[in-house]
Amino acid sequence: MQSLNFQQIWRYQDHLIDGTLHTLLLTLAAALIGTAIGLAGAAAVRSGPRPVRWTIRGYIELIRNTPSLIQLFIVFFVLPNFGLRLNSFEAAAIALGLYFGAYSIEIIRAGLDSIPGSQMEAGQCLGLTRWQVFRHVVLPPALRNVYPAFTGQFVLLLLGTSLASQISAEELFHAGGFIESRTYRSFEVYAVICGIYFALVMAFKLLFAAVGRLAFRWPVGR
Amino acid sequence: MRTFVLADLLSLFIALQWTVALVIIALGFGGPLALVLALMRTSGRRALRWTAAAILQVVQGVPLLGLLMFFYFGMPVFLGVEMAPLVAVGIAMTVYTASFLGDIWRGGIEAVKHEQWEAAACLGLSTWHQFLYVVAPQAFRMALPPTVGFLVQLIKGTSLASVVGFVELARAGQIASAATFQPLLVYSIVAAIYFALCLPLTLWARSLEARLNAAR
Repeated sequence: MQSLNFQQIWRYQDHLIDGTLHTLLLTLAAALIGTAIGLAGAAAVRSGPRPVRWTIRGYIELIRNTPSLIQLFIVFFVLPNFGLRLNSFEAAAIALGLYFGAYSIEIIRAGLDSIPGSQMEAGQCLGLTRWQVFRHVVLPPALRNVYPAFTGQFVLLLLGTSLASQISAEELFHAGGFIESRTYRSFEVYAVICGIYFALVMAFKLLFAAVGRLAFRWPVGR
Repeated sequence: MRTFVLADLLSLFIALQWTVALVIIALGFGGPLALVLALMRTSGRRALRWTAAAILQVVQGVPLLGLLMFFYFGMPVFLGVEMAPLVAVGIAMTVYTASFLGDIWRGGIEAVKHEQWEAAACLGLSTWHQFLYVVAPQAFRMALPPTVGFLVQLIKGTSLASVVGFVELARAGQIASAATFQPLLVYSIVAAIYFALCLPLTLWARSLEARLNAAR
């Protein structure tokens, strides 16, 4: 049994901070790309022509039934063949964005489907325009319904960004590998890295819970 | 540089056996642990409940890659022992499976109304028999769709074992890709194999869920 020595790790705190920032940046970039895909995809699945709907369904099933590691490799190693030069961070953001997008389409679609058609008809009977119906009748309860699943998926995305280290994007595990190669303190390094992820996950969970309480204060109607 | 030949395809399918083996190991060891965690999490004793809750929170708040690195690189150095890759990867996948299945099964147990326990107690059943004969069968029905859904996550998750050099499907793909310089072809085949493995399970989970919703 080896004695623990965390001091050596703290000497590389600049690398840890930098890695943490890149992990957060990657998460946000992928979440933005994925949410855009989710909104557009959910709209298209609900009201697009049949070929579009089938294409989107195919995309969702393809992404959800293959490992994100392989998706990452395909984006990183294959897109350059088509003349698209990407650095590892951009490739990771795109691959994880496509991954998050597939799950968000499903989440957003389920949220919109959860609003009964009769409510939209009631809105129209009150003389609201289509946009007003969407903005005031459909959107608030739909947002509330998707909120837990969406924020949960965001946390999984945060954990999933760790894969980007495999195409050597500079995030936490990349920093971890560097520190490990300098200190040979594998146990301490990965304990600290896992601890940082855990702290980030807990911080986001608390933040999402607080925002959810503030944003959705009206009572649940049936 | 050489072309992708039949032998490469064969190497992928040989490696696929290790992917399946990892899934079986994770379920075989992680499943019983998950049951223990689910029972602890729903138990009447506060200490047991909190311990289980803490374990579930921590493991689910850490990336699977972190678990793998920790058990493969960290643990052997700390304990000063040699650890075979299969053992380290097996432990990481087991811990991962136990925590996610434990949470899913906790949900199943909690979905069974508390009156069911009380009614079973009134019939004179012991606590274990209350669970085994009354609660577990009902919880099983509720928890089956998400359990099958998790199986898909687990199959996809085994691809991370490639990171520590364990030769399963994803790693065999990396090797074949490096040897042939045909990443598009190789990774498409690898993705197709995973897809063929996961899609039937996804569809099964969906039909199970639809049936469960129709029954309620």
